[in-house]
Amino acid sequence: MGYVKRKMTIVKAVTCPVCGSLCDDIELTIENGRIVKVKNGCAMCESKFLSHNSEHRVLKPLIRKNGKLVEVSLEEAVKRAAEILAEANYPILYGWSSTSCEATRVGLELAEEVGGVIDNTAVVCHGPSILSIQDIGISSCTLGQIRHRADLVVYWGSNPWSAHPRHIERYTAFSEGRFQRSAWKGYLTKIKASIAKKKIESALRRVFFRRKPSVPPQPRMELPPAMFKEGRKLIVIDVRKTKSAEIADYFMQVEPNKDYELLQAFRALIRDQEIDVDEVAGVPVGYLEEVADLMIRCGFGILFFGVGLTMSKGKLRNIDAALSLVRDLNMRTKFVIMPMRGHFNVAGANTVFTWQTGYPYAVDFSLGYPRYNPGETSVTDVLLRGESEASLIVASDPVANFPRKAAEHLVKNPLIVIDPHMSVTAQMADVVIPSAFVGIEASGTAYRMDHVPLPLKKVVDPPKGVLPDEEILRRILSEVRKLKRKMLVEAA
Amino acid sequence: MRENPKLRVTLLTGRTIEQGVGKERGKASKEYMESVSVCYIDPEDLKKLGIKEKTNVLVSTDYGSVVVKAIKSLRGPHPEVVFIPYGPWANVVVDPETHSVGMPSLKGIPAEIEPAPDKPILSLEELLEEQFEKR
Ligand code: SF4
Repeated sequence: MGYVKRKMTIVKAVTCPVCGSLCDDIELTIENGRIVKVKNGCAMCESKFLSHNSEHRVLKPLIRKNGKLVEVSLEEAVKRAAEILAEANYPILYGWSSTSCEATRVGLELAEEVGGVIDNTAVVCHGPSILSIQDIGISSCTLGQIRHRADLVVYWGSNPWSAHPRHIERYTAFSEGRFQRSAWKGYLTKIKASIAKKKIESALRRVFFRRKPSVPPQPRMELPPAMFKEGRKLIVIDVRKTKSAEIADYFMQVEPNKDYELLQAFRALIRDQEIDVDEVAGVPVGYLEEVADLMIRCGFGILFFGVGLTMSKGKLRNIDAALSLVRDLNMRTKFVIMPMRGHFNVAGANTVFTWQTGYPYAVDFSLGYPRYNPGETSVTDVLLRGESEASLIVASDPVANFPRKAAEHLVKNPLIVIDPHMSVTAQMADVVIPSAFVGIEASGTAYRMDHVPLPLKKVVDPPKGVLPDEEILRRILSEVRKLKRKMLVEAA
Repeated sequence: MRENPKLRVTLLTGRTIEQGVGKERGKASKEYMESVSVCYIDPEDLKKLGIKEKTNVLVSTDYGSVVVKAIKSLRGPHPEVVFIPYGPWANVVVDPETHSVGMPSLKGIPAEIEPAPDKPILSLEELLEEQFEKR
């Protein structure tokens, strides 16, 4: 690796450890052990690489004493963490989607040792998708195939422009594939046209000193001409007009909580059934027919779905409908489907969980063997029922992301946090152990949203005394084993 | 003072690029707080509430209420649908019901919104203190 101390070095082909797109073409310039320049990355990527040693970093282990977090030695923090876990009957081990597969593997060993519930952030993003995939199955492929072949790209309940900023450019509509050209030029023309239109409008307004009349948007009954162009087409279906919707060739606005109806309507149309209502979920049926037609006529279609489907009414049933829609479409053409995974290694967490325990998330070791029953063994439900006695949070921020009632139980009990940042959860913790940034200060493996494993690089050294998650977990594990042996001896 | 107009809306939560950038900069950073203690509201709805952009509003659901800053949503129109980015402020008002699959209901929650120009937006620390008691 190109890291040389006290010199400017450029490291190429770095994997970005932020979102599930896991772009692996990032170029970093490193000067005196600091990252000074990021090339190819999006705003989130730059923000992470450039501020990895910002003032919000925790550098020393902390323990809460008399209500205040105070600095302690690493040994003391590890020991305290091990005590909390060894003493609890039913601890929670949660997080794992922003760390390496190697760290997750140790986490699973620890969960088995302490007889706890181990869960990853899939539970609050694509957990329902996993349940549904287990029921229905999934026809999917890698992002490379989509880049080279897909001529119809649909994002449903997902806003890649904000959540996966380079997804469209690297893998779908704006990528230059071997068999599919990028639609970028067409988009530029469209933007230019719309800017020109706005300019003319405002000029007219100035001339007539009148405000633009606010006409309620009338649904036009035909699709925009862009939908009949040659080459790649981009459709966005969502409850609100997001940035991604703006760049799409066609945006379909569905009423909140009505995705299920819309999906089932598409299924009916694709099976050549008539729909005898005027509109479904706020969309005129004429529109639906045209889009269904486009889906059938494409050569290689892809449906990406986001948490807009998993978090709204219907949850896993929405995914059932989406997976079934794609299955139906495969009777007419080639179509694939893929969840837009959020955190950079949430797919890896699911993968490691599965190969170690047989289950992708929400695994309960309290009986000594792995059990899986989301709704019962999912961390959110354990917390809402108020059953856990202590928690270990690794590379995640549940207090910032869980509904208040769940977070309440989490902070009421002993709480250990391993995180590079002083996260919201860390501020409420009893033990905080700072860790190195995986993919910047520690190497490892992560799985992209299409389940392609990619290496994470170590490009700079972590701050002095700060260890990677994997190493911290190993130390806690060995301390827990020592404690358990002692307890056994004492009991005998 | 005249009575505050209230508006019934559907609340969505989700990701924004500002929240994504802010979170990488650090959860204790000003950027993060400013990116998630806001509520995107349709310009028509702002009018109905009789307020300008950047006024504080109180968002209430069956699960709690929180003061955030109203921001004009540029990508409308979507009357009566409001949006708060994921974060501690949104968590106060989302629906914890998991429908036996582990997944809370974070989108499409019935909510009520009213102007609250005199109520402050709590800082992260104040919010945590208000919401959770740490022994
Ligand atoms: S799209 Fe995602 S993986 Fe790619 S550079 Fe941006 S944050 Fe990183």
